[in-house]
Amino acid sequence: MLLIHCPYCEEERPELEFHGAGEAHIARPTNMGEISPEDFEKFFFIRDNRKGVVFERWRHLHGCGRFFNAVRHSVSDKFICTYKAGEPRPKLTDKQIAAVLPPAKGTPANEPIVNKGDAK
Amino acid sequence: MSAPNRISGYGKLSPTKQVSFSFDGKALQALEGDTLASALLANGIHLMGRSFKYHRPRGILASGAEEPNALMDISRDNARRQPNVRASVQEVFDGMKAESQNRFPSLAFDVGAVNDGLGRFLPAGFYYKTFMWPRKAWDKLYEPIIRSAAGLGKTPEEVDPDTYANRFAHRDIIIIGAGAAGLQAALTAAKFGLQVMLVDENAELGGSLLSDSDVRINRKSGRDWVEAVEAELRGMDNVTILTRTTAFGYYAQNMISLVERVSDHLAMPEADLVRERLWQVRAGRVILATGAIERHLVFADNDRPGIMLASAGREFLHKYGVTPGQNIGVYTACDSAYYAAFDLKQAGVSIVAIIDCRERVDSELLSRANDLDITVRTGQAVTSTSGRLRVKLMSVCAINSGGVGVEKYEIDCLLMSGGWTPSVHLFSQSRGKLAYETEKGRFVPDVYMEDCTSVGSCNGTDEMADALSEAKNAALNAVKLLGGKANKGRAISVENACSMEGFLTGSADGAGPDDFVKAFVDFQNDVTAKDIRLAVREGFRSIEHVKRYTTTGMATDQGKMSNMHGLAIAAEMLGKEIPEVGLTTFRSPYTPVTFGTIINHARGDLFDVTRRTPMHEGAVARGAVFEDVGNWKRAWYFPQGDEDMHAAVNRECKITRQVAGLFDASTLGKIEVVGPDAVKFMNIMYTNPWDKLGVGRLRYGIMCREDGFIYDDGVVARMGENQFHVTTTTGGAPRVLNMMEDYLQTEFPDWKVWLTSISEQWAVLAVNGPKAREIIEPLVEGIDMSTEAFPHMSVREGKICGVPVRLMRMSFTGETGFEINVPANYGQSVWDAIWERGAPLGMTTYGTEAMHVMRAEKGYIIVGQDTDGTVTPQDAGLSWAVGKKKKDFVGIGGMRRPDLVAEGRRQLVGLRTMDAKIVLEEGAQIVNNADVPIPVPMVGFVTSSYWSECLGHSIALALVEDGFNRTGETIFIPMEDRVIAAKIVSPVFYDEQGGRVNG
Repeated sequence: MLLIHCPYCEEERPELEFHGAGEAHIARPTNMGEISPEDFEKFFFIRDNRKGVVFERWRHLHGCGRFFNAVRHSVSDKFICTYKAGEPRPKLTDKQIAAVLPPAKGTPANEPIVNKGDAK
Repeated sequence: MSAPNRISGYGKLSPTKQVSFSFDGKALQALEGDTLASALLANGIHLMGRSFKYHRPRGILASGAEEPNALMDISRDNARRQPNVRASVQEVFDGMKAESQNRFPSLAFDVGAVNDGLGRFLPAGFYYKTFMWPRKAWDKLYEPIIRSAAGLGKTPEEVDPDTYANRFAHRDIIIIGAGAAGLQAALTAAKFGLQVMLVDENAELGGSLLSDSDVRINRKSGRDWVEAVEAELRGMDNVTILTRTTAFGYYAQNMISLVERVSDHLAMPEADLVRERLWQVRAGRVILATGAIERHLVFADNDRPGIMLASAGREFLHKYGVTPGQNIGVYTACDSAYYAAFDLKQAGVSIVAIIDCRERVDSELLSRANDLDITVRTGQAVTSTSGRLRVKLMSVCAINSGGVGVEKYEIDCLLMSGGWTPSVHLFSQSRGKLAYETEKGRFVPDVYMEDCTSVGSCNGTDEMADALSEAKNAALNAVKLLGGKANKGRAISVENACSMEGFLTGSADGAGPDDFVKAFVDFQNDVTAKDIRLAVREGFRSIEHVKRYTTTGMATDQGKMSNMHGLAIAAEMLGKEIPEVGLTTFRSPYTPVTFGTIINHARGDLFDVTRRTPMHEGAVARGAVFEDVGNWKRAWYFPQGDEDMHAAVNRECKITRQVAGLFDASTLGKIEVVGPDAVKFMNIMYTNPWDKLGVGRLRYGIMCREDGFIYDDGVVARMGENQFHVTTTTGGAPRVLNMMEDYLQTEFPDWKVWLTSISEQWAVLAVNGPKAREIIEPLVEGIDMSTEAFPHMSVREGKICGVPVRLMRMSFTGETGFEINVPANYGQSVWDAIWERGAPLGMTTYGTEAMHVMRAEKGYIIVGQDTDGTVTPQDAGLSWAVGKKKKDFVGIGGMRRPDLVAEGRRQLVGLRTMDAKIVLEEGAQIVNNADVPIPVPMVGFVTSSYWSECLGHSIALALVEDGFNRTGETIFIPMEDRVIAAKIVSPVFYDEQGGRVNG
């Protein structure tokens, strides 16, 4: 169970209080009435689903009820930060990213994950 | 009653505190504090179970949680019975009943042991290879046989009467394992002010120090040092000590799950005492001091009762004053086994010989053995043993001698040691990465994923002095990391520490390659060295596949004892180094956890929420039969006399259509949408246009997702310029509110709109039927009830029975209808008043089934029944509800996609069966022609189907390809025993003109 920092409540709360809400920073097109099928596909269906640093939405459902964004590493599950809905994507430092990377060496021989470039 | 193997002067148990227990029905005596294993050994009993696959006689192998053989069925009474309990962990209490498992008719004579003789026919992958054909034999023959043979214990048959508790805790630091390293870490962390939790799975703190008679820490004996540290810790407010508590799971962000066994060791637990307690602990730092687990040696017949780990022999002596035998052989690859031999010899037990497979052994150990008159044979191996129910002989010969010059020794117990495996289970669960140390033949923690440190022998730190300073430094470091201040203080002195040098992984001499030799790698799953070799020969290369094929290290063992041996044998066969082959994954739980602990309070009435409407008791009083709709209890139908459901529903429908019916609609979701931008918001969220809906009017609204498919529906009331009372489906309320909030907060954050769930604020009573107005009119104040002033699809505010009401004139039956919204607390009294007034006029109450029939007669859809997430408003025949002139709403882009406007989509139509009496099955598939060869193309399916008493024939709704253009055509519904013909008709079966709602 993750601990998630709600940027509205300004504290860490257990994951039980939250609900994941998919990838962040996907703005709804303003031309939905005339949108082409290709643009609709990009907006509605296509997601990064990346292995590495992800920007994602959460809702503090059993708390303040607010939607917010988080930056998390999808392999190590570690959060870099959370921020309010509507705020721009935060610029991440190398140090911040290094702090959430999963270990790249050691056994078991499961594929080591090296993905420093992912945040770009 | 004398216990033949009890040695006075050893252990802490008091000979005056006797307790009685039974084993397989035989009454035996133990001492308070004994484990079942030590008590049985004290009574000279080694035979404790039968193995999983071959039913081989098995005894106790280990003294702790890693025990794979001696799994028992432990009970207090019929209901309090637990299978598969480790004899080495279960403490004996007065009156305890222990039963061995996996044997019939008795432990000493077990019919299943025939499998042992058939061993050559039961190789790895036996089930996969054997039970493949004929296909038909699977259900009736193979599966029942495998099921009855599978598993060890028997499931208890009665409901568990015990209670279980759950606690959350937060600490600066949690230390797992209270051996030397864990105690030292806890002491240091506590002294510098951290909030400390110290956890150990055993009844006593101290770990291996309790069975080490040599070591001196700060000039105290091991046990004295443990007692001094424990006393100091117990005197501090910032320390929580949990014994009999296993850390079984390590999850993200230092979340540790513990199970505390509270009362399983007590003879007479108090009635309100819980049995086990689940702890979910979040810690700033974690220190793992989980120690190491001794390995066995892999040689022929290494599993006979009486053969056990050397550390277990030493522990039974020092903790319980029990010797595992009187004529003991020792077979080792590691120094630590010598100490067991020395201690037992000094306690007066005969040590037949120490067989050491190493050529060179530490000279101090050899001279001490010499002083104690113990024979040591280096460079030799135990190649086999004999003795059916207990080991009798060990055969010894020189390493690599090819079996020439075998000497046989008479023994009644054999202690063995293949070295020590650091216990890295929790570290691995935390997703830390391990490194392999070739010169020590072991994996140790390398890269950490969590804020965690491993100390002591779980970190490969064998020397006691090093382990203690490592533990101290880890605690000091934690203090600093958590913002505190600490200083190093005095050094810790350690003398006479044991050596853990030497190891052997993989098969020892005498473990094959002879195909008939059974040299066990995994005792619990009955996996031998030859099974692993076979798996590699048959082409399995990945250790994960070898594990699953042979089952080595699976189930509750989780590789505690078997992993390293299995890995080494596979690596040798593959011609690879061990780290190249890799290690299998250690999974939670570390040891089995009872279902009681996991489900905890969530059982019986507390298993899930039950929602009842404000008029629930009224429905109960009217004899309602309820159905579950999500968490709701809804009145399904109200049988009278000896009516069955069919008769009751027919009556409810008929009376409602002829007179009137009263229905509880409180479960409908209700959301209030308020604010200056409320209309704008409604225009975005719903497909309908809202600008022109006048205050006091109602409109049926459809909500789609962006993909253009129907998401929810409901009637919306415009209560004011900027105020809407929105209703949703019963199940849809939370997701509709969530979707509204999502758009409001993230897409249109500047809009001034407030959303409030009002589902539970309003009780809703629907009165439908020709006499609906007549029934409620006298109860209503402040509302002109005439049709002209209060037409269909409008809402008025006033009072009913003296309480505020939002009175909506609407209908889900096709009759004149009113939905009476009153504050929830008044629901029952208004219900009673309406019933009192309506009953003499012939009104009925009706339930959800009659409601379903009547709405289907009118062709009104139920979202989720007549739609399935791939149905557009157009498919459902609801194009009229989509604003043609609107520039934007949720779903507008999606529903204009080419495939969604294409010809021939499945569309909602009515069906009339040719035989009017046949009621179709909901979900039944529809075909154009049932006479073509299978597979017959399916063109749709039945979504709703009922008997309509009012119409005198069955009715159905269905989604059929191109259905709108096929009215009048015949389609077919193939069933198992017949093919039913039906005609496509309009989905509105009753009052197609719709005049009745205006009555």
